Parts: sequence; C-alpha cells; structure tokens
Amino acid sequence: MTVIEARGLRKAFGTTIALDGIDLRVEEGRILGIIGPNGAGKSTALNAILGLTQYQGDLRVLGRDPWSERDQLMRDVCFIADVAVLPRWMRVSQALDYVAGVHPRFDRAKAESFLARTDIQRSSRIKELSKGMVTQLHLALVMAIDAKLLVLDEPTLGLDILYRKQFYDSLLNDYFDRSRTIVVTTHQVEDVQNVLTDLMFINRGRIVLACSMEEFESRYLEVTVRPEQVAAARALRPVNERQVFGRSILLFDQVGRQQLAALGDVRTPSIADLFVAVMGNHASQPQGVSK
Amino acid sequence: MNTQSNPMAESLASAAASSASTSVTRPFYWSVRRELWENRWIYLGPAAVAAVFLLGFLISTIHLPAGMRGMSIDLHHRDAIAAPYDILAGLMMLTTILVNVFYCADALYGERRDHSILFWKSMPVSDLTTVLAKASIPLVIVPLLAWATAVAAQCVMLLLSSTALLARGSSVLPLWTELSFFRMSLLLLYHIVTAHTLWPLPVYCWLLLVSGWARRATLLWAALPAVAIGGLEAIVFRTWHFAALVGTRLIGAAPAIDFGSPDTFPTNPMTHITPFNFLSSPELWFGLALGAAFLAAAVRLRRYQGPI
Repeated sequence: MTVIEARGLRKAFGTTIALDGIDLRVEEGRILGIIGPNGAGKSTALNAILGLTQYQGDLRVLGRDPWSERDQLMRDVCFIADVAVLPRWMRVSQALDYVAGVHPRFDRAKAESFLARTDIQRSSRIKELSKGMVTQLHLALVMAIDAKLLVLDEPTLGLDILYRKQFYDSLLNDYFDRSRTIVVTTHQVEDVQNVLTDLMFINRGRIVLACSMEEFESRYLEVTVRPEQVAAARALRPVNERQVFGRSILLFDQVGRQQLAALGDVRTPSIADLFVAVMGNHASQPQGVSK
Repeated sequence: MNTQSNPMAESLASAAASSASTSVTRPFYWSVRRELWENRWIYLGPAAVAAVFLLGFLISTIHLPAGMRGMSIDLHHRDAIAAPYDILAGLMMLTTILVNVFYCADALYGERRDHSILFWKSMPVSDLTTVLAKASIPLVIVPLLAWATAVAAQCVMLLLSSTALLARGSSVLPLWTELSFFRMSLLLLYHIVTAHTLWPLPVYCWLLLVSGWARRATLLWAALPAVAIGGLEAIVFRTWHFAALVGTRLIGAAPAIDFGSPDTFPTNPMTHITPFNFLSSPELWFGLALGAAFLAAAVRLRRYQGPI
C-alpha cells in the first residue's frame, strides 16, 4: 500500500520557493529519513503531508487530501514537531485524559506502561519536566496511538545522546512493525543511520538523492587511500575527496569493491559523509550536517 | 436473505450513527474541558469575587446590632433588603464581562504563541470543533458559572441574615417574602442570558476572530477598528452612535430588555421581562448573524494558522 504519494509538490512563500516540484512515494512499512540543510524545505514538505500548509500539486496521504481532511487524517497519522509543542500548562495526567478523550485509537494502558519506565510523575506539569522528559512523554502518547503513519520533524533536537538513543530504540523495538510507516527529518544523521530503510536528500526544495538503504550500502563506498595510490584512485572519478590527518579519503559511487580494495581500506560511508559530498557538489557553499 | 440483511444493515447504520455522534461530541466535550484546565480563572475568578463579597457581608451582618432596630423597620422595604443581593449580582455580571473579554482575546492566540497549536492539530479534532468549544466558554460556560456562583452566594447570604435575625429573636418572614429568592434567581438567569450573553455575542465572537488573526496585542487589534470607525464618525458627523453601539453591546444594555423603570435592578421582582420584545428586535438577530459570521471566519482562519 502506498502511504504517501506526491507529484509535483510545490510551495512558495512569496518569492521564496520552499518546494520546487517534488515527486515522492512512500510505501507501507518503510522508515524514510529526509535529510537536508536548514531551509531546504523539509519542514514544509512534512507540513504539507500533515495538512498544516497549503500546496500546489497532487498529494495523497493514506488516500486523503491532507489540506481538506486534516481532522480525519489525524486518526491515522501522528506527528512530533521540531519544537516542544505539548502545552506547558498541562499536567501529565491531563494530557493522557485528553488524548484518551479525543483519539479513538489511543491505548491508555500502553501509554501508562511506557511512562512507567520513565521518571515522569502523573501530577507534574509539562513546564516542570526537562526537555528530554517532554519528548519521552510525547513519544509515549504517540506510540500508544495505533496509527499508520508517524511523522517526526527533528524529534530529538536539543536532547543529549542518551535520550536520543533511547528515543530511536523505543521507536524500533516498541513501536515499529512492518505495517507502520515512519517519516523522520533530522540533523543528527548518525543517530538514524541504522534506523532508516530509505534515504532522501533534499536541497533548495528539490530532491537531490533518493534511495533505499540497501541501495545506499551497495552503491557508495569510501576508501582511505594509501598515499602512493591517490592518483590511481582519482582516475576512478570519486564523487568526493577529503583529507583527514594527512590521508585522502575518497568516496565512490558504483565502483566495484574489489577494485577499490586494491587502493586502501574500504568501508561503507556514513550518511553524513555522503551528505556533505552530495551537497558540496550541488551547492557552492555546503552547510554543516550535524550539530 | 433480505429479511436477515435488513436488521443487520439497521444495526450497522445505528452503530455508524452512534459512532458518528460520539466522534463529534467526545472531541467537543474534551475540548471544552481542556479550556477549563488551561483557564482555571474562568471559575476561580467568579468564586473569588463571591467569596470576598461574602466575607464583607458576614462582617457587616455581625457588626449590625446597633442598627438592627432601624433595620427591622426597613425590612418591609424591598430595596433595602435586596441591596446586597443586587450588588452581588452586579459584581457577577461585571466579572462575566471581564472574564469573557480576557478569555476571548487569548483563546486562539495563546495556542499559537506557545506552539501548542501543533499538538492540538495533531489530534483528530476539526477546526470547527475547536472554535465552537472555545466560543462555548463565553457563550455558555461563563454565564452559567456566574449565575450558579451568584445563586450559591446569595443562598449563603440568606442563611447568614436569617441566622442573625433568629439569634436576635426577630422574624425572618419579611426577609424571605420581600426577597422572593426563587424569582430573583430566575430573573438573574434571564438577565445574564439575554443582556450578557446573546446581546454582546458579536463582541465576543469578534474578539475570538481577532485572537486567531493577530500576531500580538490582540485586545489592541480588536479595539482599533472600533476606535477608528468611532473616531471617523465623530469627525465627519459629530455623532457617537458607533461608540455607543459597541459600548452598550459590551455592558449588556439592550434597549429591548425592559427594566420597567430605569432605576430598577434586573433582579427586582417588579422588573418587566419581555422576552417577546427582546427576541423580536432586529438588532438582536443582526448581532447573532454577525457573531456567526465572525465565528465562521475564525474557523476558516485557524486552518491556515500555525505557531507564531
């Protein structure tokens, strides 16, 4: 089943083009990571998918038009946005009561059992919780909803590494199954490298790269080239070259592993390395990928 | 086959209908509850005003013995007995206006300012449900709460006065007959519903609309057009009709609500209530239509709005 299908998705704010004709197709059971520099159009794309912003072009999410059917769509779609959006005045128990009250697919017992594993008190107000705890609470609420699509827009922004690891572990172990679909944007690319099934780079409102993670691993190889073989390696047309501690590291697209092994140490690149390489080729000033 | 499928289809239809009705009423109910969680002053405000007034009333009742003899003559005069009750009712009306104005100015603004609109919009609750739930606070919840608080406080006052009178061996009969408590409560309810809910309805709906549009200083943005139109009228025509119109709407002075004489308080049993005059006045229906238009615009606007 196709969960998200977009054709020629466009959105402009005045003269700034946020989305410049994006074609996108996300099948059920995938975990898609959308990676891009600040202002690339990631959040705009997610907002269009969630029915929070108007757009031009065709977009169907679970067979619905998000803009005109947002409240219907939200029975099957959950999202956590990049800023802390849980109302600060609310108590944890009230948040549970409210979601249980309005959401037909919320399993309160499930949310309670997630919360039992944290230090969050039912009587606390959300403004009294740490940033990590607020994210844990939001995740507990969202994971207890039997939704088909989960959209995460920078869900772990500003969290320390322990919370971030725990976040993705919970997501994979307690939530994700093959019938659910997750779309996530993040700058903390290293956190999601082993989580994603699909990868998409987006820059200036356009898709720069889209592939599955299997494809990513078979296509891209990174070689720490021995100094005497740098010239030979460069002849194979690497997509990127960088220097680390005086050694050349070259990134290749669709060059055989055996061929590269003769040049030096071969490994699968990190998403961050590929991102820097691809964005460097597409933009004159590549922007930082991780914080 | 047909005989079997019919009851089945009916039960399916009724199940669908009941789930459709719960899918409308449950989000509405919880949306109203969340407003009360967030804005506790909606009920704490009137309660606090009533509590302070009761304290003053208690003190005056205890300190009354010197004037008690004089008061027993006054007891046959309705106005003297009812004065504190009327003052309390008036305070409740004033509290209603203040609570409503401040609530409406923040209702669709606060959720955008604190980014929680993204959370509310991630729930299967339509913009229509949200706006109607917010509108029900000034148009249903606050008036009923203010009325219930007033009646409860007046009950306490009646008991206090009766106890004080009995303690001095006086009769409580004049107090109870002159006050006609039940009628007074009904009149207060009528007055709150007509003069402080239906009549100022367009003002509250306008405030809700502006709160969903303005990026800051909602009360200022809400007042500016009224000031501008009023000022323009004053300069061009040397009249103040528009300012008077908005003012009377807000304070609940409806010409079609007949008070008998200008000095009579609405809870006085001598008040003429003329629901027909009120309900047949075109100004009322014009105001209600305008309010509905403002609400419809607010619903439409919320679709486009995100955090600010």
